[in-house]
Amino acid sequence: MDFTLSKEHEMARALFKEFAEKEVKPLAQEVDETEEFPRVTVDKMAKYGFLGIPVPKEYGGQGCDPLTYVMCVEELSKVCGTTGVIVSAHTSLCCDPIMTFGTEEQKQKYLVPLAKGEKLGAFGLTEPGAGTDAQGQQTKAVLDGDEYVINGSKIFITNGKEADVYVIFAVTGMIEKRGRMMKEITSFIVEKGTPGFSFGTKEKKMGIRGSSTYELIFTDCRVPKENMLGKLGQGFKIAMHTLDGGRIGIAAQALGIAEGALDRTIAYTKERKQFGKSIASQQNTQFQLADMATKVQAAQLLVYKAALAKATQKEYGFEAAQAKLYAAEVAMEVTTKAVQLHGGYGYTREYDVERMMRDAKITEIYEGTSEVQRMVISAALLK
Amino acid sequence: MKIVVCIKQVPDTKGGVQFNPDGTLNRAAMLTIMNPDDKSGLEAALRLKDQYGAEVTVVTMGLPKAEDVLREAMAMGADKAVLVTDRVLGGADTWATSQTLAGAIRNLDYDLIITGRQAIDGDTAQVGPQLSEHLNIPVISYAQNIKIDGDSVIVERQFDDRYHVLKAKMPCLITALAELNEPRYMTPGGIFDACKADVTVWGRADLVDVEDSNLGLKGSPTQIAKASDKVRKGKGEKVNLDPAESVDYIVGKLKEKHVI
Repeated sequence: MDFTLSKEHEMARALFKEFAEKEVKPLAQEVDETEEFPRVTVDKMAKYGFLGIPVPKEYGGQGCDPLTYVMCVEELSKVCGTTGVIVSAHTSLCCDPIMTFGTEEQKQKYLVPLAKGEKLGAFGLTEPGAGTDAQGQQTKAVLDGDEYVINGSKIFITNGKEADVYVIFAVTGMIEKRGRMMKEITSFIVEKGTPGFSFGTKEKKMGIRGSSTYELIFTDCRVPKENMLGKLGQGFKIAMHTLDGGRIGIAAQALGIAEGALDRTIAYTKERKQFGKSIASQQNTQFQLADMATKVQAAQLLVYKAALAKATQKEYGFEAAQAKLYAAEVAMEVTTKAVQLHGGYGYTREYDVERMMRDAKITEIYEGTSEVQRMVISAALLK
Repeated sequence: MKIVVCIKQVPDTKGGVQFNPDGTLNRAAMLTIMNPDDKSGLEAALRLKDQYGAEVTVVTMGLPKAEDVLREAMAMGADKAVLVTDRVLGGADTWATSQTLAGAIRNLDYDLIITGRQAIDGDTAQVGPQLSEHLNIPVISYAQNIKIDGDSVIVERQFDDRYHVLKAKMPCLITALAELNEPRYMTPGGIFDACKADVTVWGRADLVDVEDSNLGLKGSPTQIAKASDKVRKGKGEKVNLDPAESVDYIVGKLKEKHVI
């Protein structure tokens, strides 16, 4: 067993780090303050292929592995959690399901421009009454001739309004499963600009404030039946499979936020003087930093292991859930400690750790709360 | 069009500078980067490739680990890479380096050679022009803009307070300034391809028309008496005076230092 990164991965990390430092970091505070979507950065990331890292080259992507993609989200999130989740939602939640379940025509039409970064992607599963309980879906799709007519709404959609292509889920009927009537859920690809597809309110969030989070509204929105992703009734499977991959992306985002907070705290505690010496020379600081660094390292190993599982295994939900659960909780703990070690300054918006603590919280909630991850992990243990 | 770009792996000055007992740089012990002027030269070549179509070959002379900088260049878009490495070439000054590069480039077809103006580890700005002498082709140094016009290049050459517009028939050599452009990043897919690509490795035996007496430390006329890391300048002195007093003050200081 070897924990050494390959030459490719070392170079890729250096690239993402340089890009993050030069292009993303200078805007991070402003993006948070203004809550504006960092379109300029997204365009630059598109130019350099960051929006199609794990997509095969024949579909316009970079042909790299999930670990390379994870390192990209990690390095971006070290300096800006908003930028990290834009890439994660686009890649894991939109490119990936089309790549995995799409027809050749759908791949050519949607995946190629998504992977090239010419278009941005989003994913719409959550509804006001259907968060953790995905079966609570109310959005309906009814076949009418050659089109499905979609009615309903989706909330908390990352990249909402900014994206061009949306993978969404809707109830297409009822089916009997294990003696119970269950909703039949089907997945569709919907393009921005389709008549009947509009955007509702923009969420005002605690963190990742530059990430555009909108409600999607479907009112008699007619989508050609060719836009059905996968088979009729396969939607729940597609959603769960997609979220397994998405969780690795969010785990990488959480990891990056934790690493960024740790880096800043190490630097700050060496500079900050109290009682005539740096606070880094106090044993309390040293022990806190040691704990933070150890947990960050453990999180990184779990996240990278999940990325490798995605590359080599058919099922990787267990590894993804463990990585996301642990990385998210470490991100919250490390950023909270980072603010504490910064003292009063850490509570001000002048210091990055304040933003990082707010950004970290969402990683324990979206794409499956920590509680859902524990359900997934324990279900696998007890089956 | 065929373009050869000479690039150099140089110590990243952020990582500190270390020396061998003979005064030469201990390159093996330092973190390294692609020399900034060379990176701009490569970017210029890649833009010519994008605009006119070209095959870009990067050449470097150095330790085996200089292969890293070649792979970085390929990840940015260079097509081919040549590493010139041999123990007998070690310790070369600018003369021996340009002789080595000339010996290597004589194996290649080229219309244009681009080098950086100078490397941040030596700051001599000699290798490019020397190389053009050895290959008997024209050189245009300090390029801030490059265009192709048929079988010629039109180059804006930076000068103190203006720039010169020079036209030269190809083949010719251009030395590039870091200000020439903003070099592109690598792409993730480019990195994966570059790591799989072949790098041609040449040693002493592959160099064409070069005498042993012009190679390596022995072939280097430059003798390094002493080398040291850059000494930081002091904070200096800040004064707040009106213009007339300032003139007297400066003249006084210059006299004090025997400058005037």
